[in-house]
Amino acid sequence: MLSQAPVELQARDVFCERDDRVLFEHFDLNLSGGALVQLAGPNGAGKTTLLRILAGLNHDFEGDVLFNGEPLHSIYPEYAAQRLYMGHLAAVKKSLTALENLRWLTSQWQIDEDRLVQALEAVELMGYEMTPCQQLSAGQQRRVSLARLLVVPAPLWILDEPFTALDKQGVAWLEQRLREHVEQGGAVVITSHHALQAVPGLQVLDLSRWAGDAL
Amino acid sequence: MSLVTATLRRDLLLAARNPGEWLNPLMFFLMVAALFPLAVDPDPKFLSKIAGGVIWVAALLATLLSLDALYKTDVDDGTLEQWLASGESLYALALVKALVHWCISGLPLTLMAPLLGLMLHLPDSAYWALIVSLAVGTPVLSLLGAVGAALTAGVRSGGLLLTLLILPLYVPVLIFAASAVYHASIGMDYNGQIGFLGALLALAVCLTPFASAAALKLNLSR
Amino acid sequence: MWQWLKTLYHRLGSPKWFYDLTSRWIPWLIGFSVLGGVVGLVWGLAFAPADYQQGNSFRIIYIHVPAALISQSAYIMMAIAGAVFMIWRMKMAAWVARVIAPIGASFCLIALLTGAIWGQPTWGTWWVWDARLTSMLLLLFLFFGVMALQQAMETDEAGHKASAILALVGLVNIPIIKYSVEWWNTLHQPATLKLTEKPSMHPDMLYPLLIMIVTTYVFFALLVILRTRNEILWHERKRTWVKQLLEKRWNSAA
Repeated sequence: MLSQAPVELQARDVFCERDDRVLFEHFDLNLSGGALVQLAGPNGAGKTTLLRILAGLNHDFEGDVLFNGEPLHSIYPEYAAQRLYMGHLAAVKKSLTALENLRWLTSQWQIDEDRLVQALEAVELMGYEMTPCQQLSAGQQRRVSLARLLVVPAPLWILDEPFTALDKQGVAWLEQRLREHVEQGGAVVITSHHALQAVPGLQVLDLSRWAGDAL
Repeated sequence: MSLVTATLRRDLLLAARNPGEWLNPLMFFLMVAALFPLAVDPDPKFLSKIAGGVIWVAALLATLLSLDALYKTDVDDGTLEQWLASGESLYALALVKALVHWCISGLPLTLMAPLLGLMLHLPDSAYWALIVSLAVGTPVLSLLGAVGAALTAGVRSGGLLLTLLILPLYVPVLIFAASAVYHASIGMDYNGQIGFLGALLALAVCLTPFASAAALKLNLSR
Repeated sequence: MWQWLKTLYHRLGSPKWFYDLTSRWIPWLIGFSVLGGVVGLVWGLAFAPADYQQGNSFRIIYIHVPAALISQSAYIMMAIAGAVFMIWRMKMAAWVARVIAPIGASFCLIALLTGAIWGQPTWGTWWVWDARLTSMLLLLFLFFGVMALQQAMETDEAGHKASAILALVGLVNIPIIKYSVEWWNTLHQPATLKLTEKPSMHPDMLYPLLIMIVTTYVFFALLVILRTRNEILWHERKRTWVKQLLEKRWNSAA
């Protein structure tokens, strides 16, 4: 289901300061298909900030971020179609049903209704398609959001703390899904405190290595 | 279905699921208008003179009341960030949001205004002017107000702040609209005022989405 | 030419350069403000002829008009500084925009108060919904909005950006608000006696007014520069040049 296009995300000499504090400097990254990068580091190290920079959502930095050799801002709409970004919030509307939420979340890729329903079944929300999300638990709401990983045809995933609120089975399912994606040639950048297991091409980057001094 | 139409549909659906969103401002509109005869003077002659202005002030306040939540929930639950991630322009989002807001606030206010006109003894000749001025003027309120809502989306209890920011900007709309209704009630021509409201609407459609988009980006860059 | 503009831009963006440069300006600005203020006020209050209609009460013009003019220019400058910050990310511009807001609001308040005091002998009441006074009142509200928004944002950066956007929206709106208020005013009360519109002012009245206007602009510049310097010291407090500067001050005081 992945498009066979090559995926290459590069960061060169990225520098970012926030409130007179250097979060990280001289940060380099080379990520291509078949690999998973896990950003680690203590709270406040700038993991989410870096993730948003890589996703093209934050422009407040110096240095270059390239997708297939092009700067993100110059190919942003194309980039947006090829990468799936999931923030640390589930982006689920409480008074909409699981299906309605998933439909909105995937609307830029225009995916068939049947496949959305199948995805909800796969994340064990069968029978909840028509239930407003406020009646679901936090973990179930997270699953609604994660169901995207089954239907969206993007080779690059950028996920911020996707394991939040998931139960054991959920964690196992997500690990399995990450493994499949990488094995199929996809690329993943993820922030998580969770120790990922048996994912091919796993690379853990501790952001505190790039931490700068206070100005 | 593209993201733009999907969002339009989603937000209207949300309004349908949470009727309070659009019903509460409507009830507020009705109640505020009812306060004037109680506080000032129930004499029909006096009321018919101030009816247009009172209805417009009440409509303006009701609009402000419903603006607070326009972007706040989207910022808080992460859906706004997902919009930004989609590559779709924030300009389009700002227009869609203002349109939805008008559908659930300006439009019902316009439709209910004749009832208030009846309560406040609005002269018969002024009803049409009231409806037209509201139909042309309330979209301007939604568009301008959306800028304030975008600016205060990340601020805790930003509702009152939003009111402070936006009220002075509403003055031109209020002046021309209330004057249109007043002129109609004394049998004078009011095309000029409606023309001005139309010009303000055109200007607001062109410019305010840029300001909203910039403000939204700011709220997302945290 | 282009190169020269570029150097200027980089220098303006450098807080230290601005601080050093203005250190030399301040005595001159203070001197000019005091001198101009004394000359303008003494001339205007003691020597200019009394108005044939309003008598001596018109003399408040020498405070009212400069204050009103400067508060309007202040809003425009605040919005432009905000735009410079948004477009070129120049932090200095954000600090300037931030310090202008309360100064502009103060001048606006002075214009309103002097307008009210003037209204008492002229119209027999403290407040009249005169077009100019109403516009000033709305301008004050716009200043309040910008300041409130600045305060409410969590970080300085967000506050600078948000208030810059609001100031720009306000800037587009000011002509519309002014026009609509003037139109509304002619509708409700045909102009009888306007405060400041004289077909031709006697030169003896006009010159002190011009002096006061120029002086108030200089005074305004002085205030903005002083407050911007404070802002610079605060934001750059961790840099070496500020530390050295403070050390020098400390040693010379001790």
